[in-house]
Amino acid sequence: MTTTTAPAAGAVAPRQHTPVRRPSLLRLTAVETRKLVDTRAGRWLLITIGLVTAAIVTLQLIYAKDADQTFLNFFVPSLLPVSVLLPVLGILSITSEWSQRTALTTYALVPRRERVVAAKLTAVSLTALASVLTSLAVAAAGTLVASATGGAGTWQLDGSLILNAAILQVTSVLMGAAFGLLLLNPPLAIVGYLLLPTLWGVLGEMVRPLRGPAGWLDTSRTMEPLFSSDALTGEQWGRIAVSLLVWMVLPLAAGLFRTLRREVS
Amino acid sequence: MITVENLTKRYGPHPAVDDVSFQCEPGTVTGFLGPNGAGKSTTMRMICGLTAPTAGRATVSGHPYRELPNPGREVGVLLDASAQHAGRTGREALTLSAYTMGLDRREVAAKLDLVGLNAVAAKRRVRAYSLGMRQRLGLAHALLGDPRVLILDEPANGLDPEGIFWMRGLLRDFADRGGTVLLSSHLLREVEAVADRLVVIGGGRIVAQGDKNELLAGGGTVVRARDVAALRRALDAAGLAAADSSEGLLVQADAETVGQAAADAGVALAELRPAGGGGLEQLFLTLTAGESTKEAVR
Repeated sequence: MTTTTAPAAGAVAPRQHTPVRRPSLLRLTAVETRKLVDTRAGRWLLITIGLVTAAIVTLQLIYAKDADQTFLNFFVPSLLPVSVLLPVLGILSITSEWSQRTALTTYALVPRRERVVAAKLTAVSLTALASVLTSLAVAAAGTLVASATGGAGTWQLDGSLILNAAILQVTSVLMGAAFGLLLLNPPLAIVGYLLLPTLWGVLGEMVRPLRGPAGWLDTSRTMEPLFSSDALTGEQWGRIAVSLLVWMVLPLAAGLFRTLRREVS
Repeated sequence: MITVENLTKRYGPHPAVDDVSFQCEPGTVTGFLGPNGAGKSTTMRMICGLTAPTAGRATVSGHPYRELPNPGREVGVLLDASAQHAGRTGREALTLSAYTMGLDRREVAAKLDLVGLNAVAAKRRVRAYSLGMRQRLGLAHALLGDPRVLILDEPANGLDPEGIFWMRGLLRDFADRGGTVLLSSHLLREVEAVADRLVVIGGGRIVAQGDKNELLAGGGTVVRARDVAALRRALDAAGLAAADSSEGLLVQADAETVGQAAADAGVALAELRPAGGGGLEQLFLTLTAGESTKEAVR
C-alpha cells in the first residue's frame, strides 16, 4: 500500500494559488462546442446533417434536368432537411445535461448558470452557421460536377439568399434550444418542438378563424420567404419576428428562468 | 473551511433539512453521518449552490459557493459518481472540466494516475465503468483543480476494501496538509477510521456533533475485578458512580481515573476499557433502525 499512497501524498496537497479568474464566455463556448462532438450521439447527428446535404445534391445530379443543375438549385433544397435536424442538436445540447445528469458537474463548476446557457446558445448558433457553409461547399462541389457532366453549372447566387439561409438555420437551432430549456427533457422537447408548430399549421389550415393568425404564428409559413433570394418585404419580416417571438423568444425566456431556479440533483 | 448556518430546505410542508449548522475547519476531516434520506445530500447540494435553501446560508472559504469565481479551483465536489455522461470517456469527462477551469491538460493525466485509472480505463466510455471506477473518476474530478476543500457524498460506495483503505489515506493526507474535507456516509464504521469530527444528522436535524473521540468515548468505562465488592468500595471512595452492566461495572469516567482509583485501593483489575462508543453507536443504530423499518413498510 505504501507504494501507492506515497506518491499520492505530494500530488493531493492543497496548493496555495494566486487568485483565480472565472472562465470567460469564450472558454465556456469552446467547452460547449466540444460537448457537441465528443459523444457518439452528437457526432453522428452532425455527420447526418452533412450526409443529408451531400445526398440531396447527389440526387439532383442524377435526377434533375441539366438546365436545373445550378449552384442555386443545389444550395436551396439542402436547407430544409438541415433546418429540421439542427433543432434536435439544440435540444440535445441543453437537455442532455439533465438526462445524463452532467448538470451536477457543469453547474458545480460554473454556478452562474446563465453563462453556461449563453455559451450553449452561442455554440449551437455557430454550428448552424457552419451548416450553411457546409451547404455552400457541397453545392459548389455539385456545381463543379454538373458543369463537367453536361449540367448547367451556373454559379449565380444572391448574397441575400446566404443571409436568409443563415437566419433560417440559426433561428431553427435556437428554437430547438428554447424548447430544450423550457422542457429540460430530451424526448419531451423533441416531440414538443416537432408537434406544436405542425399542429398549429394543421389547425391554421383547417379552422378558418385561425387562418389569419397562423400567417403570423406558423413558423413553417412565416419562414418560407427565407428560402428564396427575393428581398423580404417589411410585412414578411414582421411575420417572421412575431412567430419567432412566440416560438423562440418566449420559450427561451421562460426556459432560462426555469433552468436558473431548478434544483440540480 | 466550510460554514453552514441554519440551513433549511422544505419540500412542501416537509422539511428535508431543518436548521442545520456546523463548521469544517482546515486540517480536519468531518464525517457527515446519517441514514439514507436523512438530508445529507440535500445539505451538500445546498452548500454547492445546486439547491436553493429555503432559509439559512452556507459559505466555502468565506464566500457563498455561487460567488466563487472559479469554484473548481477552490472546492472539489463529488456528489454522485454516476452523474457522468455515459457516452464520454473518462479522460474526456476530465478534459472538459480541466478546460473549463483553465487548467493544464497534464493535470488530467496526473489525476487519472493518482486515482489508479490506467490509460486503458481512461479511454473507455463511462458506460462501461463499474461503480468503483466511477468513484475513482469522481475523485479524480474533485481533485482536478487542486482545491483546498473537498465535499464528497458517499465516496466509499462501490469501492472495494483496498480502495476504501487507499481513499482514507488520500483524504487523511489532504487534511494533514491543511485541506478541509467533508465526507458523508451512512455507515459509522466507514468514517470512524478517517474523520476527526462527526456531524450526525437524522430526519433533517443534527442529532450530535463534535470531536470524534469525545463522541465515541461518551459511553464511559467498563471495569471488572474478581473482587467486585472491593472494586465498588474503591470507586465509592474516589467519588465515582458505578452501574452494573452485563460486561462489568460501567463508570462515567475515563479509564485512567478508574484505574487510578482501583490502584489507590489496591484492587487488582481483570479488565479496564472504554465502553466502546455506546452512546453514539446506540444513537446511530436508533436512527438507522427507524429508517430500515420505514423501508420495510414501503
